[in-house]
Amino acid sequence: MTALHPIPAPDAAVARRPGSVRLLWLLVVVAVLVLLMAASVAIGSRGVGWSDVLAALGGSSDTIEEAAVTKRIPRTVLAVLVGAALGLSGAVMQGVTRNPLADPGVLGINMGASLAVVAGLAWFGLFSATSKIWTAIAGAALAAVFVYAVGSLGRGGPTPLKLALAGAATSAALTSFITAIALPRGDIAADVQSWQVGGVGGATSGTITPVLPFLVAGLVISLLSARSLNSLALGDELAAGLGERVALARGVAAFGSVLLCGAATAVAGPIWFVGLVVPHLCRLLVGVDHRWMLPFSALTGACLLTASDVLGRIAARPSELDVGIITALVGAPFFIAIVRRQKLREL
Amino acid sequence: MTAVVPFPASSVDAVARSRVRRSSRRRLVVTVLAVLVVVTFAVTLMVGRTFYPPGDVLRVVLGEQVPGASFTVGRLRLPRAVLAVVAGLCFGLAGVTFQTMLRNPLASPDVIGISSGASAAAVFGIVVLSLDGTAVSALAVAAALGVALVVYTLAFTDGVAGTRLILIGIGVGAMLNSVVYYVLSRAGAWDYQEALRWLTGSLNGATWTAVVPALVALLVLAPVLLGQARNLSALQLGDDTAAALGVRVERTRLVAIVAAVGLIAFATSACGPIAFVAFLSGPIAARIVGPTGSLLVPAALVGALLVGVADLVGQFALGTRFPVGVVTGVLGAPYLIYLIVRTNRAGGSL
Repeated sequence: MTALHPIPAPDAAVARRPGSVRLLWLLVVVAVLVLLMAASVAIGSRGVGWSDVLAALGGSSDTIEEAAVTKRIPRTVLAVLVGAALGLSGAVMQGVTRNPLADPGVLGINMGASLAVVAGLAWFGLFSATSKIWTAIAGAALAAVFVYAVGSLGRGGPTPLKLALAGAATSAALTSFITAIALPRGDIAADVQSWQVGGVGGATSGTITPVLPFLVAGLVISLLSARSLNSLALGDELAAGLGERVALARGVAAFGSVLLCGAATAVAGPIWFVGLVVPHLCRLLVGVDHRWMLPFSALTGACLLTASDVLGRIAARPSELDVGIITALVGAPFFIAIVRRQKLREL
Repeated sequence: MTAVVPFPASSVDAVARSRVRRSSRRRLVVTVLAVLVVVTFAVTLMVGRTFYPPGDVLRVVLGEQVPGASFTVGRLRLPRAVLAVVAGLCFGLAGVTFQTMLRNPLASPDVIGISSGASAAAVFGIVVLSLDGTAVSALAVAAALGVALVVYTLAFTDGVAGTRLILIGIGVGAMLNSVVYYVLSRAGAWDYQEALRWLTGSLNGATWTAVVPALVALLVLAPVLLGQARNLSALQLGDDTAAALGVRVERTRLVAIVAAVGLIAFATSACGPIAFVAFLSGPIAARIVGPTGSLLVPAALVGALLVGVADLVGQFALGTRFPVGVVTGVLGAPYLIYLIVRTNRAGGSL
């Protein structure tokens, strides 16, 4: 049924941006990211001057200001990594499901990862960083399969609204289970609650190193599936006609996406809406070609999460606000706007 | 089950008989539910760290001084038990009103963000503005009405599409929940139990100052809704048919929304949005009553029973003391998924 409709390409100009425009946007996004990273190490409850920042980046931590900056560096790196992972993961998910509402948060995949981590902590003593990541990825994969199965029942297959509804319901269910598991366990409750809101606050280089291989693997798999996502965007029949092995391509891309959001959730907790907002912005900037859109989504996701983290520190001085809260406040209106759009059939 | 009784199309007698049978069954169900609510209420008063026999409890309730029991039962357990019944009635009644009116079991106020609105306003009132009692409830009512209006307006693009309304409500709810987090974390004294109270609902620490506004709201608003019961049932047939039957559609809808949102907001500002009670009560009541007449009264009773039993289970059955909302959440969420699976299978309106 879906293949009979013409692809709703926005218009030719958007679909085929000239290379120079894309290159310009690439420079702009990279510049913004660098600025945000600088802001992220400079802004906090203790104000520091640029000389302190430069000194700290050079490895010195003699004064209090320099020490503060030194503590903010891993946090900034983590925000960039997690943001890139979530943005890319959302872009791939939207491509795989051809669903403008796909997002690791909206589809309940984050919550699957969270429940797995919490269950692992509570019942199996899986405290080490690596085992946490593995359980998170397994949980994310299970949740993804479950939500996709529930959302594709019935007439018309996995429509955007059906998938989003199945995801929201699954999220609600998993959240209840997480609370029920964590609440009686005073020993892990503090861990769970600080992590459940979604934050990059407590990052050290020790939290980043274990997750790095998973993120890199997910990044490579996702970026390599850009070409097949382009074929899938034409509809399953046409993609098969072009020689794409549809099921395999979809599986590989989904695996990359789950790897990214599972690993990101394991270190930073479930963060909503980054994966939803970012691909839509990127499609406006560089068009629908996944070979450009995917790297852009990673960069823009990094910008968004770093900006949210900085904003959380400014908004709640002298304490701070977890990024998960900020992204929900920023992302939910965006979600509503997409739901409101008339033609919500497919990408 | 009762709906498939085969009767010959010509036989008026058979229709009349089955109507009588169904309405007597309905009376039976309502009576049984009411008795169960009273029993749960009594058990809540008796059971605890120390057990008090029914005689002692009755004397305390009647105002006599009983050493020990007067404090434990009268001060600690009575407000909690009353709040459980009142909140359950409020949530059940309001939930089924929304579900009937919007003709969709998913469109209950706790799913579409209205409860979250009341909750966010209550937290804001208590933490930031240092209000209490009726002022908090008033703020919650205003916010919940505002959220209902916003969700309805946003969902309205040539006719309110069911799924769109629900998803927009879910989005609004997600935003409001992070407002709750924000306010509580700004308050400094971040406390997981307190956060849970405003995210999933809890009866812990119920006092008369919290119970009274909810009780008054129930006494005022429930009769209003029950008075609209016939009109609401007619609305289920669609606006045009209802209008043809003599129902003033817009007026009925307005009265029902305001009354139901009021119930939700007052109950929520007393004990938080107890998860999924509003959502579950209607379908459960429909299942046990069968397809006769209005579901308002049975659903309200089911709500009270759910909250009462879930609170008992949460307090005593599981080793740890769970807030009531966690118990109802664990019960309700799988049902939510089941409902979606069933709707999708049937090729529903999505």
